[in-house]
Amino acid sequence: MDFGLSEDQLMLEETLRSFLADRVPIGRVRDLRNDDCPNNREIWRSLAELGMTGILIPEECGGSDLNLLDACLASQSIGYSVTPTPFVSSAVMVPTALRELEHPLISGWLAGIASGDIAFGIAVTETFSIREGAGIAIDQGELSGKAMMALDICSADLILLAIGSEHLAVIRADAPGLKKARLITTDATRCTSELILESVAPEIIFEDVGKTIARMLDAGRIALAADSLGACEAMIEQAVAYSKQRKQFDRLIGSFQAVKHMCAEMISELEPARSLVWYAAHSFDALPDEAPLMACHALAHVSEIGHEIASVATQVHGGIGWTDEHNVHFWFKRIGVGRSLLGGPGLLRERAAEIQGLAKSG
Amino acid sequence: MDLEYGQRYEDFRREVRTFLDKHKPKDSPGGISGIRRKKLVEWLSLQIDEGYWARTIPKEFGGYGAEPNLLETVIMDEEFNRAGVPRGMASQGASMLVPTLLEHGTDEQRQRWIGPTMRGEVMWCQGYSEPGSGSDLASLQTSAKEDGDDFIINGQKIWTSTADKSEMIFILVRTEPDAPKHGGISYILLPMDTQGIEVQPLRTMSGDLGDNSFNQVFFTDVRVPQANVVGKRGEGWRIANTTLKHERNSLNSNSEGTILKLMRLMERETTNGVPAMASPVFRDRLMKLQARSLAMKFHAMRMVTCSLKNENSGVAGLITKLRNCQLNFDISALAIDVMGELGALYEHTEYERDRGYWQSHSFFSLGLIIGGGTAQIQKNIISERGLGLPREPKPAKS
Ligand SMILES: Cc1cc2nc3c(=O)[nH]c(=O)nc-3n(C[C@H](O)[C@H](O)[C@H](O)COP(=O)(O)OP(=O)(O)OC[C@H]3O[C@@H](n4cnc5c(N)ncnc54)[C@H](O)[C@@H]3O)c2cc1C
Repeated sequence: MDFGLSEDQLMLEETLRSFLADRVPIGRVRDLRNDDCPNNREIWRSLAELGMTGILIPEECGGSDLNLLDACLASQSIGYSVTPTPFVSSAVMVPTALRELEHPLISGWLAGIASGDIAFGIAVTETFSIREGAGIAIDQGELSGKAMMALDICSADLILLAIGSEHLAVIRADAPGLKKARLITTDATRCTSELILESVAPEIIFEDVGKTIARMLDAGRIALAADSLGACEAMIEQAVAYSKQRKQFDRLIGSFQAVKHMCAEMISELEPARSLVWYAAHSFDALPDEAPLMACHALAHVSEIGHEIASVATQVHGGIGWTDEHNVHFWFKRIGVGRSLLGGPGLLRERAAEIQGLAKSG
Repeated sequence: MDLEYGQRYEDFRREVRTFLDKHKPKDSPGGISGIRRKKLVEWLSLQIDEGYWARTIPKEFGGYGAEPNLLETVIMDEEFNRAGVPRGMASQGASMLVPTLLEHGTDEQRQRWIGPTMRGEVMWCQGYSEPGSGSDLASLQTSAKEDGDDFIINGQKIWTSTADKSEMIFILVRTEPDAPKHGGISYILLPMDTQGIEVQPLRTMSGDLGDNSFNQVFFTDVRVPQANVVGKRGEGWRIANTTLKHERNSLNSNSEGTILKLMRLMERETTNGVPAMASPVFRDRLMKLQARSLAMKFHAMRMVTCSLKNENSGVAGLITKLRNCQLNFDISALAIDVMGELGALYEHTEYERDRGYWQSHSFFSLGLIIGGGTAQIQKNIISERGLGLPREPKPAKS
């Protein structure tokens, strides 16, 4: 029995964390928010050079064919440094889906993701929640309709698009008839958009692939939980470090019991959540029957504790934590927007109940 | 990551299961009071003979004598849990005194006490807290004055669980009044029927005077041989800290079974003909608790892995008591809520559900949030030892 990380996994985490600390420090993230889209392709390419974008891609396509747990360690490190990059969409969800499908174009796309030459965006919101009359329909092989909160579109070459919850399509990001409008959120480190399609000719449509869509969503939810977990971890570290350095009443604020207990609460919630995310990722790899439930619980639970940690860690900073000049808000917002994406805690818990037969589905 | 235990351990699991199928007590596994004690001793003795209790305690001290093996312990706990019977006995003697004697006792003390304690023949209570010394335990005042080969004890202990039913007490007393606070304490064993000991039961908030009784224990000129000290005189604080460590480890209660029990309740329990499980509000709360329970379950697996690999678990190893005790309390709160007004019933009133389990569980979990180091003391430990935050400055002496 070994419920822990391997040497290789620890090394992967260490490599990526030190790379991001060095190459995408918070000052660079701050600069990137002024670009049209924060998902800088140079960062994507260097993640590819480190082997990160190909973690879930077969070796024959240039990837390393590792597990979701490995991808989650990468995702957690990316969340830890609030790096703007389409990792959850393009390096986790898209490869998970494409590997289960068959088409001559797929191996080229996967190879492009692994090498960093291709980045995907993803539009799957309507598989779990429809708002603003969104939805894509197929008519004589062409796609029309609207998709909300599509992820990582602005910097993408290709888009993986859900049509209902049974079909998938791949379209080119510059396809005629496709209109993209960025939907600005509080989180400047992520790219979310609205898509309007008017008779767009897809590269390909995969029909009746509901199971693949479900599995792709599970992977995405677990990897997103890991991203938020990493952001929580960073926030607690910053709060603890600040409380060892800031003085009030001639004392380090970290010697005040109220501050200590805030920190103790945060870390005591974080550590079990880390264990839950590990288990969820491991179940996706090795215990597929458990994965749908664990994916819902992992993301919902991390979102709940994340809400608290993001707030409390900011409070430990006092007034400076509420400024734009201080950086802690980047993490606060990353966690906050992560909570809204791919379902949200209420929807995920209802899904968790359905999976166990405790609630009627539909 | 590999969650398989391997063939050898699966064989072991099967053995445990076979044992339980054959020998599991039909009703209750006995208890510490009255005639239930005899049944308890038989059941515990059988478990020791088969190696499912006192497994790693040497044979000469009354144990089974196996090499320590964490995975075997995990498997035994899982299987006993599944069968719904306690493995061994949750008592201060087995979980706190015995590990302390194994670590610090003389051979004579070990030979005399460990076997009978593990078999349930001798029950112990823990005499630490005093009216003026709880969280600040080292300030304790109960004194033991030297008199020839003996000590004479005077003072008072309080919140002493099961003192009224115990044959023995392990107690912290001040033997060196002039030594600094932590340096003057000794750890002593003595029989509860020694002249000069008086026990006054205290009714708990649960109304319980049964197996979970609460007591005050008064000591008036109680004579005890110096040979009853465990470890060296004046080292009681250090020794007690090993015991407290064992207490914290033994509080890692698993909530998975309680969640299942709650699910069954929510399926059965109806309001206006609608089961509680059909209420989105209750269901949402249930799912929140289930996620927390799963997180703690996997966290325990992670901590076991750290031990197996001899890795320091760091701050992650300090949070278990804080989170589990609160979780258990919150689980019973949902159960009580789903029963609506009938959730208030108690004392085996008609219509009470699950034989009053949930109100008792709620009281009991609240007690565990306080006992064995309060939640606030846990947070002090987590932040100071786990996160390295500065200690509270000592107030200036006036
Ligand atoms: C169910 C149960 C069983 C018990 N069984 C036994 C037993 O068998 N034997 C035994 O010896 N004792 C036993 N106890 C006693 C238990 O160990 C003490 O109650 C506990 O350590 C708290 O001490 P206290 O009651 O004096 O509370 P206090 O120490 O007076 O605490 C009161 C409040 O102040 C807070 N507080 C105190 N100091 C600090 C601090 N430094 N920082 C922040 N907050 C602080 C506490 O957290 C608490 O909220 C038991 C208690 C319970 C509830």
